[in-house]
Amino acid sequence: MVAVLRVVACGSVDDGKSTLIGRLLAATGGATDDQLDYARTTRRGGSTVAAGAVDYSLLTDGLEAEHEQGITIDVAHLFMDLPSGRRVIVADAPGHEQYTRNMAVAASTADVSVLLVDATKGVREQTRRHLAICALMGVPSVVAVVNKLDAVGWDRSVFDDLAGEVRAAADGFGMRADVIPASALDGDNVAAPSPRLPWYDGPTLLGALTAWEPAGSRAEAGYRLPVQYVIRADGFRGFAGTVVGGPVRPGDAVAVAGGGRTSTVDRLLGPGGADLDRAAPGTAVTMTLADDVDVRRGDLLATPEAIGDGPAPATAYSVTLIWTAEEPLRNGRSYLLRAGGRTLPAVVTAVRDRLDVVGGGKYAARALDLNDIGTVELTTDTPLSLDPYRESRHTGSLLLVDRVTKETVAAGMVRHALRRGRTVTPRAYTVDREARQRLKGQRAKVVWLTGLPGAGKSTIANTLERRLHGMGLHTYVLDGENVRGGLNKDLGFTPQGRAENVRRVAEVARILVDAGLIVVVALVSPFRTDRAAAKALFPGGDFAEVWVDTPAEECARRDPKGLYAQAEAGRLPNLTGHGQAYEPPEHPDLVVDGAGSPDEAADALCALLRV
Amino acid sequence: MAGEDAVLDMLEAEAVHILREVAGAFRRPVLLYSIGKDSSVLLHLALKAFAPGRMPFPVVHVDTGWKFREMIAFRDATAERLGLDLRVHTSPEEATPFTHGAHEYTRIKKTLTLRKALDDGGFEAAIGGARRDEERSRAKERIFSLREPGHRWEPRSQRPEFWWQANTELAEGQTMRVFPLSNWTELDVWRYIRREDIPVVPLYFSAPRPVVERNGSLIMVDDDRYPLEPGERPVERPVRFRTLGCYPLTSAVESKAENIDEIIDEMGRDRRSERAGRLIDGEGGTSMESKKSEGYF
Repeated sequence: MVAVLRVVACGSVDDGKSTLIGRLLAATGGATDDQLDYARTTRRGGSTVAAGAVDYSLLTDGLEAEHEQGITIDVAHLFMDLPSGRRVIVADAPGHEQYTRNMAVAASTADVSVLLVDATKGVREQTRRHLAICALMGVPSVVAVVNKLDAVGWDRSVFDDLAGEVRAAADGFGMRADVIPASALDGDNVAAPSPRLPWYDGPTLLGALTAWEPAGSRAEAGYRLPVQYVIRADGFRGFAGTVVGGPVRPGDAVAVAGGGRTSTVDRLLGPGGADLDRAAPGTAVTMTLADDVDVRRGDLLATPEAIGDGPAPATAYSVTLIWTAEEPLRNGRSYLLRAGGRTLPAVVTAVRDRLDVVGGGKYAARALDLNDIGTVELTTDTPLSLDPYRESRHTGSLLLVDRVTKETVAAGMVRHALRRGRTVTPRAYTVDREARQRLKGQRAKVVWLTGLPGAGKSTIANTLERRLHGMGLHTYVLDGENVRGGLNKDLGFTPQGRAENVRRVAEVARILVDAGLIVVVALVSPFRTDRAAAKALFPGGDFAEVWVDTPAEECARRDPKGLYAQAEAGRLPNLTGHGQAYEPPEHPDLVVDGAGSPDEAADALCALLRV
Repeated sequence: MAGEDAVLDMLEAEAVHILREVAGAFRRPVLLYSIGKDSSVLLHLALKAFAPGRMPFPVVHVDTGWKFREMIAFRDATAERLGLDLRVHTSPEEATPFTHGAHEYTRIKKTLTLRKALDDGGFEAAIGGARRDEERSRAKERIFSLREPGHRWEPRSQRPEFWWQANTELAEGQTMRVFPLSNWTELDVWRYIRREDIPVVPLYFSAPRPVVERNGSLIMVDDDRYPLEPGERPVERPVRFRTLGCYPLTSAVESKAENIDEIIDEMGRDRRSERAGRLIDGEGGTSMESKKSEGYF
C-alpha cells in the first residue's frame, strides 16, 4: 500500500478548485475549528454561500491568501489524513504568474493529478494544458472531477459526454483517467456518495484517493543509490543516500557507475544505524561494501546489470527542458548542471525544438524563453550517469543553474544519452597540437571574420593569408561561400541552417587548429548565439572574433555576388541585412573598417595575432 | 492505525535525505535549536541521519533571556546527554517585551541576534524545524529557502523546487535556510516523539502552574520579572503549552493531558491552530511575512 500519496491539484479558482480541496480537507478532519469559524463568518464579494454556512474555499484559497498578504504563493502544500491512514500531500499552484513553471513543480513529485472540469464550461484549452504538463512531468494517473453538476441539473448525458472527452484527452497523453461527477459547493461525491446522482456507481473523490494504487507493477527495476554523503566512524565507512529504482539487500552486487569498480553490499543500515535485511525504494540507508572501493558524494552505486544498459556514463544527453528564468536559454552557453549530488559545467550544444505542449506540435527554435518547454542537447566534460526520465524521476532529472546568479534556470528531463556522448572517449595521441605547433614554429589560432555580405571579409582574409604565408606561417582560410559548395551544400539560409553552417565551420576550424594551423574564417555568421557557440569550442585566447564593419549601403553598392539585387527583386528572402537581421558582436576582439583598405585591416589583424 | 508507522517512516526518510544533502552540499551548515518539540525531533533526526558517525555540524541556540527556566535546564541537559557542540547566542542590548513591544523586542533579541550568530559563524546553511502546517503563509515555504545578503527573504527570488532536487548553489552573500520537517504536521511530530521516545520539555504536559489572564491569554508567571497589575495574583491552574517561546509571549492552554497519549487524544478533540498560542504572530495578518523578510526564522 502507498502510505503517502502525492497529489497535484489542477484547475482554476473559477472551476471550484479551492472549494473542492477545502471540502476534502474538512471531511478528513484537516481543518481546525478556528479556520472553520473564519470560513463561516467571512464572506468575500460575490460569494453565493449562505450566511452561517462554511465557505470551504476559504480554507485553502491560495489566491485569497495572496491578496491578504500581498505576495504570490507559487506552490502551496496541504496535508490530509484519509480514514484508511493514508497521508495525502496536496500540491496546489494557485498563482497566475509563472503558471507553467509552478504547475510543473507541483506535478514533479505527484502520483495523481486531481483535475477539475467545470460542467458548465466543458473541456477547455486550460484543461488540456494541465493534462499535458502532468504527462510531461510523469504523473501516471488522473482523477478528473466534473464539477458543478448541480448547475446542469445533474444531467447524466452532460457528464457522459465530458467524461468521454476527458478520457480521450488523457489517453492522448498516455495517462489513465477516472472521472467523477460532483458538486463541490454542496459536497456531492466529494467525501460521501450523492443521492442526486443515482445513475453513478463509481467512487467519490475521497474513495478514489483511498483506493489509488500504482498501475500494474513494473518489472522490478534494478536499484540505484546516489551517494549523498560518506559516513565515517571508527573503522566504519558507509555511503549514505536514498534508494531508488528497486529494492536492495546485503549480498547484492554493486557497481560504481563510470569507474568500472564493483563490489558486494556488505551491510545496509537504516537511519540510526540499525541493520536492514532489505531496503525498498524511498528508504534512507547507509551502505557498506565488502571491498575497499573509492566512492564519494555524487557517485552512483547501482546494480551492475543497470550499468550495462541503464545509466552508463555519457557526456552528451538529449534533454527536455522547462525554462524557468527571465533570461532566455542561449545555444552554446555554459551552465552548471546539478544531478544526483553533483554539480558540473554543461554546455547546451543545440536547441532542437520548442514544444507546443497542448497541441503536441514541435517548432524549430534557437532559444527558449521563460516557461518554454523544448528539447536540447547538453554536453559535459565529465561523464554523468543518468537514466531516461520515463524510467526514473530521481535519476533521470536535472537542474540547470546560472553560473553567476546561481538561480535555477531550467528543470531537465533526460530523454536519452546521445550515442556520440557515450562512445566518444577522446583518444590521446602522442603527437598533439603542441607538437605540431612546435614543428611549425607558430601558435595556432582562429581569426573569425563576421559581417554583412559584401562587407569585404573574403578580400581581407585573402590579404591576411598572403601576408602570413609570406612570413612562413602555415594557414588556411575557411570561406563561407566555398564551404557551402561542399561540406555544407545541404544547408539553407534559415536561422537553423545558418546555425548548423556555423557549427560545422567551427568544428572544422577546431580540427585545423589542432593540426597547428592559423585559421581565418570568413563567414557572415549573423547571430550572436551561433558565434558564441563557436567560440566556446576553443580555449580562451585562441579565438578572435573580428567584426568587419561596413555600412549596409556600401555593401549593397558593392554587391559582388548580386545578392542585394536579387533580394531587392524579392527573390532572396533570407539575405542578411535585408530580410534577416545581422547581430553585430557586443564585445569583438577587433573591429576593422570594411570600407577602408584591406592592407590596413591586415595590419591590424597581424597586430592582433602578434606576428 | 495501520498507516501511521508507514507515514512516519516516509517523513523520517525524507528528513534524513534533506539533512544529508545539507551536510554534503554546504561547507558550513548549522542546526538551529529552539528547545521546542520540533527542534527535539530535528535533533533526533540529525543524529540518526549520520549514525554511526557524528552529526557533522554544530548547534546554535538564540537565547532571548526570557525563555522558560525549564527550557534552559532542558537545553543544557540535552547538550550534556548528547555531547552536542552547542553555541548559545544572546543579545547584549537591553530589550523586554514590556518596554519595547512584542515586535521590536523579537527583532532585537531574536532576529538580529540570529543574524549575527550566523554571520559570525560564517554559516552558509541553517537548518530549522519549521513546518508548513504551522501557519498559512508557511504553506508555500520552500524546503531549501534562499536568503539574500543581509538574510533578507525575497519571496520573488525563491527557487522552484522540482522533484527532490535542490539547487544548493549560493551567489556572493546568499545563505540558505533548510526545513527538513516541512511536510510534517503537529500530530506527526507527537506520534514520532512517542514512537522514538524522544525527551521533550515537561512544559508540554499538563501540571498546575501559576498563570495570569491577559486579553484572553493564559500567561505563566515564570519569574519575578513579570510586571503584575496592581492587585493581580498568579493562580495555579492545570495548563500546558502547545508551542514554546519567550514565556511572557506564550499562551498556555487549559488541559489535563499529562502524557503523549493524552496529548494526541486531546488534539483529536480540541481543534485550534497550533500557533494561536503565540502572541507575537498576532500583530496584524501579515506579521509572520514581515518578520520573515527581516530574517526571522
